[in-house]
Amino acid sequence: MKTVEGKVVLLGSQGVGKTSLVTMYLTKFFNTHNSPTIGAAYFTCNIKLEDTIIRFQLWDTAGQERFRSMAPMYYRNSNVAFLIFDITNPKTFVNIKTWVLELRRNVQEKMVLILIGNKLDLAALRKVDSDEAKVYADSIGALYYEISALTNEGVDKVFSAAAAGLKQLASGKNDLVTSLKIYDNLEKSEREQPDVPLSEEPFTTSIAHGIEKKPFLCC
Amino acid sequence: MASSASGSSRRVSAEEVLVVEAGIEPGASSDPILLTTDSFEEVEQELNSVGIDDPQPGSSSQLQQTPNSPVKRVSTFETLEQASSVNSDETDELAQQLAQEHLDCDPLKSKEWLAQNKHIFVLSQAGKPIYSRFSSEDKLVTVMGVMQALVSFVQAGNDMIRSIHAGDTNFVFIVKGPLILVAVSKTKESVSQLVLQLTYVYNQILSILTQSQLTRVYEQRRNFDLRRLLTGSERLIDHLLNFMEREPAFLLGAVKCLPLQPAMRDSITQTIVQTCGKIKNLVFAILLANNQLITLVRMKKFFIHPADLHLIQNLVDSSESFKAAESWTPICLPRFDSNGFMHAHVSYLAEDCQACLLLLTVDRDVFFTLSEAKQKIVEKLRRTNCLEAINESMNKTSITTAEIGLPEMRHVLYKCKSTAQFWSPGFQAPYNNEKEIQRLIGCYQCLHHRLHVPNRPLKLLFQQTDKETMLAWVTSGFELYTTFEPLVTKTDAINSIGKLLKWIKKEEERLFILSSPTF
Repeated sequence: MKTVEGKVVLLGSQGVGKTSLVTMYLTKFFNTHNSPTIGAAYFTCNIKLEDTIIRFQLWDTAGQERFRSMAPMYYRNSNVAFLIFDITNPKTFVNIKTWVLELRRNVQEKMVLILIGNKLDLAALRKVDSDEAKVYADSIGALYYEISALTNEGVDKVFSAAAAGLKQLASGKNDLVTSLKIYDNLEKSEREQPDVPLSEEPFTTSIAHGIEKKPFLCC
Repeated sequence: MASSASGSSRRVSAEEVLVVEAGIEPGASSDPILLTTDSFEEVEQELNSVGIDDPQPGSSSQLQQTPNSPVKRVSTFETLEQASSVNSDETDELAQQLAQEHLDCDPLKSKEWLAQNKHIFVLSQAGKPIYSRFSSEDKLVTVMGVMQALVSFVQAGNDMIRSIHAGDTNFVFIVKGPLILVAVSKTKESVSQLVLQLTYVYNQILSILTQSQLTRVYEQRRNFDLRRLLTGSERLIDHLLNFMEREPAFLLGAVKCLPLQPAMRDSITQTIVQTCGKIKNLVFAILLANNQLITLVRMKKFFIHPADLHLIQNLVDSSESFKAAESWTPICLPRFDSNGFMHAHVSYLAEDCQACLLLLTVDRDVFFTLSEAKQKIVEKLRRTNCLEAINESMNKTSITTAEIGLPEMRHVLYKCKSTAQFWSPGFQAPYNNEKEIQRLIGCYQCLHHRLHVPNRPLKLLFQQTDKETMLAWVTSGFELYTTFEPLVTKTDAINSIGKLLKWIKKEEERLFILSSPTF
């Protein structure tokens, strides 16, 4: 059986429900007292789609502003981006636009963009119009889903769509998408090193003392 | 009885107590695992340069307890978190509304707020509010303005305000880099102890941002609102402040180890050394359980300071999110390098073994190498029954002094200076509720202060009050704070300390980490 392995990055403001989305999908459990993610958390999961196993490497990033400068480390070489906002908070929707610009600038290869409006359970307090979000999603070539990571509504759909998107990337002009890994069987993929989050630019703050910085490569 | 306290302290001669032969100093090691400069002594030295008259805490060291009103403090952070939380059913909304109303009123008019035992404020040199422990900081613009004015007024005279004493309230100030930190305390903690706590708060902020980032943002804009960079992290400061109130580790500048059979601990350490030995740029591997150290492996030439380890413990203890998945987290260790982030691979060993492993590196591209190493470590530890041993020790209630065979002794803190590690037994009656434990910690703080007061440090202190008798003893090798039944005689107390030291000596390999393994 064929295995397609891809990197998924979750982006969005603080408190929109990135971690809740992942934990709901993986454990079917909603944690009311989720403490904020610090840095980023890493998950893996497999989805079987017809004759293909889709293997996700999920990077659940922290939404706090102080981690913003570290984001490139996580979205570099990613194949799918979940762009998550809170439908009750217009600011989080506006922030998505800066994420999209940043991805466009820094990720060369084709990637699957999925715009996700979370907190559908609070639809009564909705402040972001569904149609507006849909129009925006179309304009950036993204899929749009509204979900609730609290009630599990629409959560599976998002992951299925991501899996389908990855499969399509792999089957299409796959020589273009070099960051995507395709194996004939799962065993081989496990022996290989997963995709490493590589630093792209020198870090804004210096690295701890005592150890020489690696020479910065230039071309 | 209380008034005779200091008198007694001078009558007990050191020789009288020296029932233990020299050189046995339990837990001593010539190869310490941690840096052993005493953070408290450093603070004392810093303070000593400007002579301050510290009010002596009374001998009957009763910590004042504010009556706990049913309505607990509502901090902004809780409400902010609520507001941003995904979950929000009707009760939550109601709670949010109530909290909001509570915050809307002026904290300075709130009796509950004013009655808090210890307030902590952080503001910028420009007077912008950054953090307040018990209320929304933006409601305190004027108060913080006054604090800033006090600091800058004294600064204008090329001096530095250290503290103000008004009745039973102490106002303690420190200025660190671009920040002003203030404690307003009705507890009996000394000025230097409060300075130490404020320094920890500052270091916690550095651990989140690094010194260079903190300096840079204020260089770029003097009136920068630092809360932008701290949102979501205030809970680390909240947790740290509560942590310091119940953990003697901070006061002692030491770390407690999880008791383990030496062979088991060695096996765990060797597993880590063997698995991670070849990984370049890995600086520290730290294994913690229940806030206690299981083992620490370091890169040759590099040491970790207990104060940095306390911040790591605080981070782990306050972040439930680490339990859900492997994390890749930037962290700055201010004593190690205040200007740079290290990257930490943080994960709990297994569902069935809640010990937290941190692999700290300066290389931000090695997540998967470390993730793989962690898997291997866990597999090996499981095969060699180490996970079981860790669990067993974690689930065991700490031994009490009664169980050691010291009926007159209620509790003790023993710190070995050469290794910066301490040991304490489990709490037993009458210290079996939160209030009494707090009071006991308060007593230890008073003793600690009196032994370390810069003008007249003591070696030995015997203090009898109506609630307990305490004996504190500092030697070149250790610090000991013991609590006895109130009516214990001096001879019995001394005999029992002798027995205790012999017991610790006998158990030292289990209670302390005596070597310092490297990669």
